[in-house]
Amino acid sequence: MIRFDQATKRYPDGTVAVDELDLEAPSGKITVLVGPSGCGKTTSLRMINRMIEPTSGTIWLDDTDTASMPAHELRRQIGYVIQHAGLFPHRTIVDNIATVPFLIGTDKRQARARAMELLERVGLDPAFAKRYPGQLSGGQQQRVGVARALAADPPVMLMDEPFSAVDPVVRDQLQDEFLRLQDELGKTIVFVTHDIDEAIKLGDQVAVLRVGGRLAQLAPPAELLSRPVDAFVAGFVGRDRGYRALGFTSAGTIVTRDEPTVTMGESLPGSDGSWLLAVDPSGAPQGWLHLADEPHGGVVEDRMLYRGGTLATQGGTLRGALDACLSSPSGRGIVVDDSGRLIGSTTAREVLALIEGLPDAAEVGA
Amino acid sequence: MIPLDAASSSPWHFWGYFLDHRSQDLGYLWDHTWLSVVPVVVGLLLALPLGWLSRRYNWVYPPMMSITGLLYTIPSIALFVLIPPLLGLDPLSPLQVPIALSVYSVALLVRVVADGLGAVSPETLQAATAIGFKPLGRFFRVELPIAVPVITAGLRVAIVANVSIVTVAGTIGFDNLGRLFDEGFKLSTDTPYYPPIILGIILCVLLALVLDGLVLLVNRLLTPWRRAVPT
Amino acid sequence: MIGDVFSWLSDPTHWQSTNFDTGIWGQLGAHLRYSAIALVIALVIALPLGLWIGHTNKATWIVSAANAIRALPSVGLLVLLVVIIAPHFYGRTDTGYVIPTEIVLVLLAIPSILSNTVAGVQNVDRAVRDAAYGMGMTGPQVLFRVETPNALPLIFSGFRSATLQVIATATIASYVTLGGLGRFIYDGLAQQDYPQMISGGLLVAALALILDLLLALLQRYTVSRGITGRTRRSDRAGHSDEAPDPRSAVLTEDLAPEAA
Repeated sequence: MIRFDQATKRYPDGTVAVDELDLEAPSGKITVLVGPSGCGKTTSLRMINRMIEPTSGTIWLDDTDTASMPAHELRRQIGYVIQHAGLFPHRTIVDNIATVPFLIGTDKRQARARAMELLERVGLDPAFAKRYPGQLSGGQQQRVGVARALAADPPVMLMDEPFSAVDPVVRDQLQDEFLRLQDELGKTIVFVTHDIDEAIKLGDQVAVLRVGGRLAQLAPPAELLSRPVDAFVAGFVGRDRGYRALGFTSAGTIVTRDEPTVTMGESLPGSDGSWLLAVDPSGAPQGWLHLADEPHGGVVEDRMLYRGGTLATQGGTLRGALDACLSSPSGRGIVVDDSGRLIGSTTAREVLALIEGLPDAAEVGA
Repeated sequence: MIPLDAASSSPWHFWGYFLDHRSQDLGYLWDHTWLSVVPVVVGLLLALPLGWLSRRYNWVYPPMMSITGLLYTIPSIALFVLIPPLLGLDPLSPLQVPIALSVYSVALLVRVVADGLGAVSPETLQAATAIGFKPLGRFFRVELPIAVPVITAGLRVAIVANVSIVTVAGTIGFDNLGRLFDEGFKLSTDTPYYPPIILGIILCVLLALVLDGLVLLVNRLLTPWRRAVPT
Repeated sequence: MIGDVFSWLSDPTHWQSTNFDTGIWGQLGAHLRYSAIALVIALVIALPLGLWIGHTNKATWIVSAANAIRALPSVGLLVLLVVIIAPHFYGRTDTGYVIPTEIVLVLLAIPSILSNTVAGVQNVDRAVRDAAYGMGMTGPQVLFRVETPNALPLIFSGFRSATLQVIATATIASYVTLGGLGRFIYDGLAQQDYPQMISGGLLVAALALILDLLLALLQRYTVSRGITGRTRRSDRAGHSDEAPDPRSAVLTEDLAPEAA
């Protein structure tokens, strides 16, 4: 648990970066600090490991006042990941990861063995171990940065916009893997970002800061979307928040209709409907066929498919279910099971009925 | 000929020394000036095409940089005495010093020109080509002007270095401000005789400052767009 | 002329010393001795000072002050110190010439080592330094485990240009009657023995080139491959084909062997 107690950072020129911040980041959870530039989110983060010393106030790490020990000893107990990874260019990847174990005097062989383990854990080929940071792409470097922060198995991790310097596709991938990793490790994480979507995706709770270093709202993502406390937070959370909030509400078990299908490589049946779902031999949906375009009796080929539709997972969120309907060219949203096999289809009207049947809008996400 | 009493050997007597030997010292200053300037100009004229080649053809760059780096490694006094046999001149030819200094200037400036041209952004180059510049026009009207600040930085180093290196030629008997050190040394056999030495150092530093200032001035005149942007 | 030079150099009596004459080997030894003493002293002064200035960002005026020395003509400085110091040492030894020469050589070697060391440390990527502190390194650990290894290419190039400068100026020291390979140049000139003079030039040039080559080799094996970019092609992630020459980073102050 990390607790800010009236923490303030005032610079000699009088600017206040963080103003009497009270905030608690619970153990084992991800707390995201988000806000416009100049809101003091990075300053707050860096005050935790005393890269920046607070002017007044206290920051507690469980029951320890962080100011009570030498800064470097504090930092060795806290994982730290920054925007451009900041890997040491003169050290191999494996030695980069083992930085903190080396510092605290862990046996070299043991430290390297652990580093190799972490390398795989963050999804990198062990062959990268002997390379240098300059030989890796930005996304790969960022994975190494995460592995390095985990090396001494610190209970607490600080992450300062770790995914903002990589392209959107890689960022999405890194975020997913980060969540998977956190499921396994259960670290206490404070995460800084300027991207509200990232905050909502990753945070167990989100702290929105306003310029001048004041806390505007601290809430779980769903509550932030459904009940922003004021115009600033509402504006910052942005458009589509009603739709995005559906991402936090379970759709329950969706009642589906059987959907006629054709298997890839088989010949087209004469069908009267204009759209037909193509599946692979295991039953996983592949895409839609527009029968009016295709000759009767032809073989179903890849190039004939319309792949626009997203898939909703049974037991998933209302947002997933609604999106599956809206994105499907046939208007029928496809529902699959956990292993990706077809269950049946539903429609936007039916999903909307589910939404309207919710007990009370205020309880979305509760 | 030269009074060697205590007062005139004081370091502060350099001005009196200058007045006593005015025409000779002005001659040294003039020799020193052209020896510092002309080789840099020659060097720049040779470095422009060589630098352009190193940028235009990627394979030229590494060997070009190795050769120029190698030339710059040779101490000046060695280059001075090696130039005549290499070029078939007399052992003490008046040409060997300016040639050696030109070699240094080329060696330094080729890298500078290549790096300066390399600093022109690809967007600018594409825009220039798209507007319809032919390669030669693009070089003189777009690439070269943009590279001017980098090239002038190199010119300043080259010219200030030259002012110092020229004095080395004074130790092997060529006329320039270095001869003042030679005279001071020879007149100091029993007791130190400072005036020519101090005068030489002062004139060298002043010359370096003035030439450096001139290069800066030319740079300013050639790059009016940089004055428009406060930095 | 080239034939004469060749025969002068291939004459074994020119290589060995006699009671009256110091041969090439002897002068080479003297040249290396003067140069090594000056370089060691300069390194001992400039390297720790440069690391400290670069790490703390304090007293940066020292770098400017040291660089101002480069504006002075080395010959003038040499002659000035010799006429000041030599009279105090009249006697049997050449101490009166060695001391001012060493002072000048040290003065000329310090600026490039100092300014390159400072620049090398200061150029370390901010994110890298930030991460080093964030991992829990102490100030000295950041300096010696992160900043220094990353500054090595620039420190080396500073030391290499200092070495060239010292070798060159030590040659000119023969002009103020000191030993060293420059003896052959100035004696050859005085005796109008041009083969000897040119041989001297050749020896000095060869010495400079060989020393620079040795230092380049040393640099190759001391600097991490992660920094030089000398990594096996098959290992590359597919970008940055050629690492930038670290020497070009401080081009404007670094490439003048005798810009004293």
